[in-house]
Amino acid sequence: MGKLIELKDIYKTYFLGEIDVPVLKGITLDIAHGEYVALMGASGSGKSTLMNILGCLDRPTSGDYLLEGEELGRASGDRRAMIRNRKIGFVFQNFNLLPRTSALENVIMPLNYTNNSLSRSECRKRGLAALEQVGIADRAGHHPSQLSGGQQQRVAIARALINRPPLLFADEPTGNLDSRTSVEVMEMFSKLNAEGITVILVTHSEEIANYAKRTIHVSDGTVISGAFKSKGA
Amino acid sequence: MRTTTTIRMSLISLKRNPTRTMLTMLGIIIGIAAVITMMEIGNGSKTSIRTSIEKMGANSVMVMPGSMRPPGGARVGAGNAVSLIPADAEAIGNECPSVGAYSPVVRGSGIHVVFGNVDWEPGNIYGIAPAYLDIRAWEIADGRAFTNAEVDANARVCLVGSTIVKEVFGGMSPLGCELRIGEVTFEVVGVLKSKGANMMGMDEDDCVFTPWTTLRMRVTGLRYGNATNTSSTIADSPGSKFAISGLALYPEPDSRITRDHLFYAKHTQLNQIIFSAVSVDKIKDATREVSQLLRKRHRLKTEQEDDFRVFNSSDFMNMLNQTSTLMTNLLLGVALLSLLVGGVGIMNIMLVSVTERTREIGLRMAVGARSRDILKQFLIESVVLCLSGGIIGILAGHGMSLLIEKIARWPIESSPGAVAAAVLVSASVGILFGFYPAWKASRLDPIEALRYE
Repeated sequence: MGKLIELKDIYKTYFLGEIDVPVLKGITLDIAHGEYVALMGASGSGKSTLMNILGCLDRPTSGDYLLEGEELGRASGDRRAMIRNRKIGFVFQNFNLLPRTSALENVIMPLNYTNNSLSRSECRKRGLAALEQVGIADRAGHHPSQLSGGQQQRVAIARALINRPPLLFADEPTGNLDSRTSVEVMEMFSKLNAEGITVILVTHSEEIANYAKRTIHVSDGTVISGAFKSKGA
Repeated sequence: MRTTTTIRMSLISLKRNPTRTMLTMLGIIIGIAAVITMMEIGNGSKTSIRTSIEKMGANSVMVMPGSMRPPGGARVGAGNAVSLIPADAEAIGNECPSVGAYSPVVRGSGIHVVFGNVDWEPGNIYGIAPAYLDIRAWEIADGRAFTNAEVDANARVCLVGSTIVKEVFGGMSPLGCELRIGEVTFEVVGVLKSKGANMMGMDEDDCVFTPWTTLRMRVTGLRYGNATNTSSTIADSPGSKFAISGLALYPEPDSRITRDHLFYAKHTQLNQIIFSAVSVDKIKDATREVSQLLRKRHRLKTEQEDDFRVFNSSDFMNMLNQTSTLMTNLLLGVALLSLLVGGVGIMNIMLVSVTERTREIGLRMAVGARSRDILKQFLIESVVLCLSGGIIGILAGHGMSLLIEKIARWPIESSPGAVAAAVLVSASVGILFGFYPAWKASRLDPIEALRYE
């Protein structure tokens, strides 16, 4: 399968007044279509910064970031917003659902920023299909406060899937969940990966990382293992 | 992002916090309501002034005597000077090209009318020529107007207003009845159409009109002479032109006072000359011509001031409009100030809202909202807030002015222009005061925003 992500010599430095704080020091890695990757590292290792760059939320100071062959490190803000909307799904540790808004409305919210001519009923249909995919279509009308943590995370996953992105980011997706619902959510990611979606997990837990087929270890701003897909994996 | 979606979204987010939304809108509501009420009251008073002026006769001009100026003494109130005489009126009619119709006017004040056992002091007793009715666009409801021949003949005929019909004649038709005016009996030949109150609030229908000659020579003039002395001749009488020859109306002027100017003048002076310009846009020309003519006739030197005053209806209208416009503008200023205060309230709440929803903004950016989508969302939210406040304000303001009309009986006129302006202003307030918070929201860093607690 072709390369989905290519990072070439990515540097990221924060300029805090007089002091320069280098966070990423020359990261080079590839991720292919359909992979299930865990990004691991201790806090302060640069793992979150790397994820922000991969998710088009942040720009590298130098180096190339290619997503499906397109250079995005230096793309315009609008272009990157479009990429986030169409090609990337985010799942956050704290769900980040809009309060006092129904699950369905939460799920179809990204469609508001999609430049297409879907009618409202088509949007709802797609939202319901996404909720179906994560198995909570029956809770479409519930507000986040009426849902359990696991259900909220499923709604968040459905929201990430609404534009059928090839790439799904999950930043500590089980951080706020108990172990039983964690298993459910992780199985959900495995299922989605089996359906062909590339999943990148950001975690510091070995247990969670074990769900992935490949682990990239980051430490002190460099990749210490797993930068390239091992042969035979 | 589609605008309709944004509007729907902002309505939803405003509905989440109904109390706060209501309180935020209150400033705008009060401001807009005040503007609407002020505009409606202002418009109403302007319209009522205009209709009063139109009732007065749209292109009528009045000439009144100036103040009396006895040598070395204090000036006595305006209109007391003896300066207008019937010949002035004729000259105005004959020599001024911009003047259409004209009529001398004589006022009888403090004179009672008597019919049967009713003794009534009408608001106005006017001695006029028939042209007066045309100039003031006053129609006859019943009977006829008197003629110029009757004016020339000092005829004892009169017209009465509808209030007189009601109060003196008890509502029955007065045509042909004998009405005593002062000490002279007149025949009622016509009833005037009702005009209502004039712009000073006085009942215009409480009036009696007679030929000016009759009123001057037989009614008011006689009060200075001997009423019972009817055998004197009028050869020297200043009203000879209008008098019936051979009939003595006036006492022979005493030789001591024959040349007494004041006495002479009492009989000839007019209280007013009213004339109409040939068209509304000729009012200025007519006024100028008449002023020049009267200065020439009165032999005024260039340095002397006019011994008469000319009023035209547009001057009156301007004078009254100026006052009402000033008041309206003043209050409008206050209302706009309260809109400004309301706008600051909007800005404050929008800033709070942006801070409160930092995470939501971060999330929206993470799922693909561009900065301008965020800007648009908050801007539209603030405009929707202000517009809803504006619409409530329009309704409240209109309700308020209806209430004022009902309780205070002020004339009110609804003003579509003000409504349009209110909508525009409230939308502008929304954009003006919503821009900074919206801009701030759009500048947020999605990573920081997502992490915001």
